Amino acid sequence: MSVSLNSSRPMSAANPAGGTSPAVVLRDLTMTFPGTRGGEPIRVLDRINLSVADGEFVCLVGPSGCGKSTILNILGGFQRATAGEAIVEGEPVRGPDPRRIFVFQECAVFPWLTVERNIGFGLLHRSRAERAQIIDHYVEMVGLTGFKKAYPRELSGGMRQRVELARALAANPEIIYMDEPFGALDYFTRFKMRTDLVTIWQRERKTIVFVTHDIDEAVQLADRVVVLSARPARVEAIYPVPLPRPRSLSDPAYLETRDKILATIGLGLQKNGVK
Amino acid sequence: MIPTEVLTGVQSLLTPDLPPPAPGPSAAPSRFPMGAILLPLGVAAVTLNAWQLAVFFTESQVFPTPLQALEGIWELAAKGVLHRYAISSLFRVIWSFLAAVAVGVPFGLLLGWSTRAAQAFNPILQVLRPISPIAWIPLAILWFGLSELAPMYLIFYASVFPITVAAMASVQSIQLNYVRAARNFGLSRLQMFLHVILPATLPQILTGLRIALGIAWLVVVAAEMVVVNPQSGGLGYLILDSRSAGRYDLVVAGMLIIGVIGFILDLLVRQVERLDDIRWGYVSK
Repeated sequence: MSVSLNSSRPMSAANPAGGTSPAVVLRDLTMTFPGTRGGEPIRVLDRINLSVADGEFVCLVGPSGCGKSTILNILGGFQRATAGEAIVEGEPVRGPDPRRIFVFQECAVFPWLTVERNIGFGLLHRSRAERAQIIDHYVEMVGLTGFKKAYPRELSGGMRQRVELARALAANPEIIYMDEPFGALDYFTRFKMRTDLVTIWQRERKTIVFVTHDIDEAVQLADRVVVLSARPARVEAIYPVPLPRPRSLSDPAYLETRDKILATIGLGLQKNGVK
Repeated sequence: MIPTEVLTGVQSLLTPDLPPPAPGPSAAPSRFPMGAILLPLGVAAVTLNAWQLAVFFTESQVFPTPLQALEGIWELAAKGVLHRYAISSLFRVIWSFLAAVAVGVPFGLLLGWSTRAAQAFNPILQVLRPISPIAWIPLAILWFGLSELAPMYLIFYASVFPITVAAMASVQSIQLNYVRAARNFGLSRLQMFLHVILPATLPQILTGLRIALGIAWLVVVAAEMVVVNPQSGGLGYLILDSRSAGRYDLVVAGMLIIGVIGFILDLLVRQVERLDDIRWGYVSK
């Protein structure tokens, strides 16, 4: 693995080696925020090491405020790490990039644009006809048929997140970063959104790095669940979830994985308490 | 200020994932709009009656009754003074206001976007802003004499600050997510400005413009009382001129006209707020 990491050429999705080239590599990623008003500097991330394979769906879970979102913000190019490296598709992250689209927790759908114009936002460079075709495709995929001309204010919270997901997909990125995208939704909507996200991901096969504090959500969605410790975040454990999708929430294998993760988090908290 | 996303997020906890009902123009369209029409008419009737009675009981010889004021308006209209003066005032307000928009909006956007520009200019802005335009009258006369430029300078001065401050605040309060999303999609600076900054700030800027236009209309009347060429006149001049002639019916008539025109100006700006691309900034959900 380290051989391919050190190569400086960008790694393409169609890797003849069989998809082993990672889409995302974090090496000793560390983030320290300066303390406010002369306080101690706050270390948020402590030497995070992680590799996400091309086409993989990875969930980062951890207690609230542990720095999960900070990892995503660094990957998205919105923040700069204090130390360590964030390498995406073979290149260090230098800033936001349309090849990797961020889906925000708090809806970032533009309220002044209709659904279709929001979804077409990443397609400003395309011709009108192409744009219309792509928009139609994704409107249908996320289940918003009939709402193309609606404004976000006329939609429910779940539908707005669908618009944002469609906007991300329409830009045809290689990676999608999702920062607790269903965090503000009610239980039923969240449940439905997860199911639909799995279906869409199976169709589109984008690499997804998904941050959540909901263990159920992580186990239901991810190929691998990365458990982070409380602040400063370290990688506590990584659990592969080798279950076929769609996953049943009552499947014993599912429950076993979930309980293992819960135990890890419990241990993680205890460890910190002892210190 | 709580972002609307938070509010709707909370609300969506209470309701299933269905779109909220389409917002209609009014809650109960089938019934007679009693609240919107009858109530203000009732208040107007009471006010006019109180006015009439006050004049009657004080036996005032100079203060006009509502009817006399109305006759005053008629007289001014018949003499052709009304529309000439109204146009003079509107001309000054509109051109000075447009100049203030042309200066205040770009300048405010710049101050909102660039921390350095804000650091450099904000203090002097905050010192100039509280100086009443009336305090500028001596200097306006000194610089521009009794030309059109004197009142127009005062109107410009009074309206440029609220516009600048509104534009500045509107950029500063853009949700970080909008800017990040736009950067994520690789927009150029110009695209960013046209597709995100401008639409995101428009509702707040428009509110600033509405306030500024109201102030401009207040200031034109004050300015015309002091620094105006009698040849071109104006509604402020009309009031002062009528007072000199002892015609208080025309004074009150002029005041009513000022009020009505101000109301219409505000109504026109409000129409802009209804445009679909802007309305999101005013609806609560």
